Amino acid sequence: MLPSRTLVLLWVVALVALPQAYDDPYVLRILTMTCIFAVFAASWDLLAGYTGQVNFGHALFFGAGAYTSALMSLKLGITPWATVWAGAAVAALFGFLVGYLCLRLRGSYLSLATLAFPLIALGLLFAFPGFSGGELGISGLRRVVVSPTSNYYVAALSMLAIVFGLWLLADSRFGIVLHAIRDDEVAARASGINTMRYKLMVFAIAGAAAGFAGALFAHYLRVAGPSSLEVALSFQVVIWGIFGGVATIYGPVAAVFILYPLTEWLGSFQGVGELRLLIFAIIVLLVLLFMPRGLAPWVRDKLETQCPRCKQRNGSWKKVCRLCGAPLQAQVSRAQRLVGH
Amino acid sequence: MLQDILVTGLVNGGVYALLAIGFSLIFGVARIVNIAHTAFYMLAAYCFYALLVKAGLGFLLSGIIAVVAVTLFSMLCYRLVIEPVREHEAAVLIATIALALIFQELMLFTFGGHYLGIPSTLDGSVRVLGVSIPYQRLLILVVAAAMLAVAWFVLYRTRLGLAIRATANDLEVANLMGMNVHRVAMATVAISVALAAIAGVVVAPVFVVDPFMWLAPLVTMLAIVVLGGLGSLKGSLIGALIIGYVEAITVFALPAGAYLKGAVALLIMVAVLLVRPEGLFGVAFEEER
Repeated sequence: MLPSRTLVLLWVVALVALPQAYDDPYVLRILTMTCIFAVFAASWDLLAGYTGQVNFGHALFFGAGAYTSALMSLKLGITPWATVWAGAAVAALFGFLVGYLCLRLRGSYLSLATLAFPLIALGLLFAFPGFSGGELGISGLRRVVVSPTSNYYVAALSMLAIVFGLWLLADSRFGIVLHAIRDDEVAARASGINTMRYKLMVFAIAGAAAGFAGALFAHYLRVAGPSSLEVALSFQVVIWGIFGGVATIYGPVAAVFILYPLTEWLGSFQGVGELRLLIFAIIVLLVLLFMPRGLAPWVRDKLETQCPRCKQRNGSWKKVCRLCGAPLQAQVSRAQRLVGH
Repeated sequence: MLQDILVTGLVNGGVYALLAIGFSLIFGVARIVNIAHTAFYMLAAYCFYALLVKAGLGFLLSGIIAVVAVTLFSMLCYRLVIEPVREHEAAVLIATIALALIFQELMLFTFGGHYLGIPSTLDGSVRVLGVSIPYQRLLILVVAAAMLAVAWFVLYRTRLGLAIRATANDLEVANLMGMNVHRVAMATVAISVALAAIAGVVVAPVFVVDPFMWLAPLVTMLAIVVLGGLGSLKGSLIGALIIGYVEAITVFALPAGAYLKGAVALLIMVAVLLVRPEGLFGVAFEEER
């Protein structure tokens, strides 16, 4: 079995089994938040990594999901089990809208324009505090379930389902089209792909997943506040995505699972707590200097090699390809590596 | 109220222009979306504060030292952090975000999170058109105008400026023509951060200095640059004035305007992008393959 698949399997088993073995509420709380943010980061990756629509305003979808779900469950008294889905739907609508407005933009223009949308929403929230709660947000929400363990399971299982779904989607024909759009949109259009429709669909799907995460987050913390729309959150997801390695889905998830508990853990120390953002930024910077393509691709390249003939992945200890029997070069010279890419 | 709008818009527009032109330059030459740009502006304001209030140096001396120190520091950062990952656009992007966060946290740790006030450089005010303008705001306007003139001179009347514009136009051809594009990029970083640092020093006495003062101008600056067209200096200048006036009008004319000023400015940007995806003065160049 491939090392990367073994790692993923171990991770899934550990996630599911953890509360049975060790149910410290503090650890469960951090892991619940980690799971929610993992969905958020994975949804960003589908949009930015695969499709190349590097969204600097991903917090808009998170906030849209959080506020929709919060308003519906508080003002209309609907159970959170239903409003979470409504939040995802509204966020998908926002995704469609943002995608529609940004159809003609590309590259840095798109990134910088998308940065604007959550801030416009934030300005409107502050201007109408009667409806949105202003700076305090909407508090007093019900949790989806009561006990910490069941909350953890809700977050972890929905995270596994959504992330696996996104990964399947990105690995399918649909995902190949997204790669094509990122690499050369004109060529993709020339090949008869309606790139407009694909981009809108990806914006809506990524929006829905991020909105779902936002709604879960709001119900878990029992408050939907303006911090769910801030620039800091949008930047945070960009950092997670690129740190983990874009266009992989599992990369950003791995990044969240490393960076979020790490910052929380650092924050729990007396004296170090104030410096945790500093340490976080320095770690990100240093890791990037050594692995500029991100963490997950770097680790994967260490564990596995790709067969030069049939592109099948092999464990790095193999001498010949397990599928086609071609010899796997243990040492690739620098010149060959440069030509190969 | 009309005079207030005219004056505030002009002063804010001048500061935004200093920031936006620097950002635009560095984007044009090195294709770096420098999120840390306004963080250098924040650093300069802190440096000015430390030299002026803590060390007790004069206004002029501390201003000059602050600008020079921040500029040299930015070149160091570029050399150590940005250049090693230049080939990976995504890595450059989060490297600049991480740099900005590091500066913010360092200032938070060194000076604390509270607002710091800086005594005003010049006291008194002058009356123009029936509205009194404090000399401090006039100084901002004069410095901004002078620095824009200097930047224009450097870019359009010197060999370095020619090299910068050539590199911005086509990096590979500039390299083939024998320009040292690395050194040009370094010079551009220095010029662009120097402009931001000057902006930080002149506005410090008017605004309060705090570790999060880089976020609001960052968003406005990005809006201006996108509105004017990425990499276009004329666009940045005109965009800065437009956004400066839009913000002034929103604050003075609308109820709850202070909350909405950012939103209205960003809405204008989105509206312009819908009509002209490359911004007002941007060039829709062929995608590099």
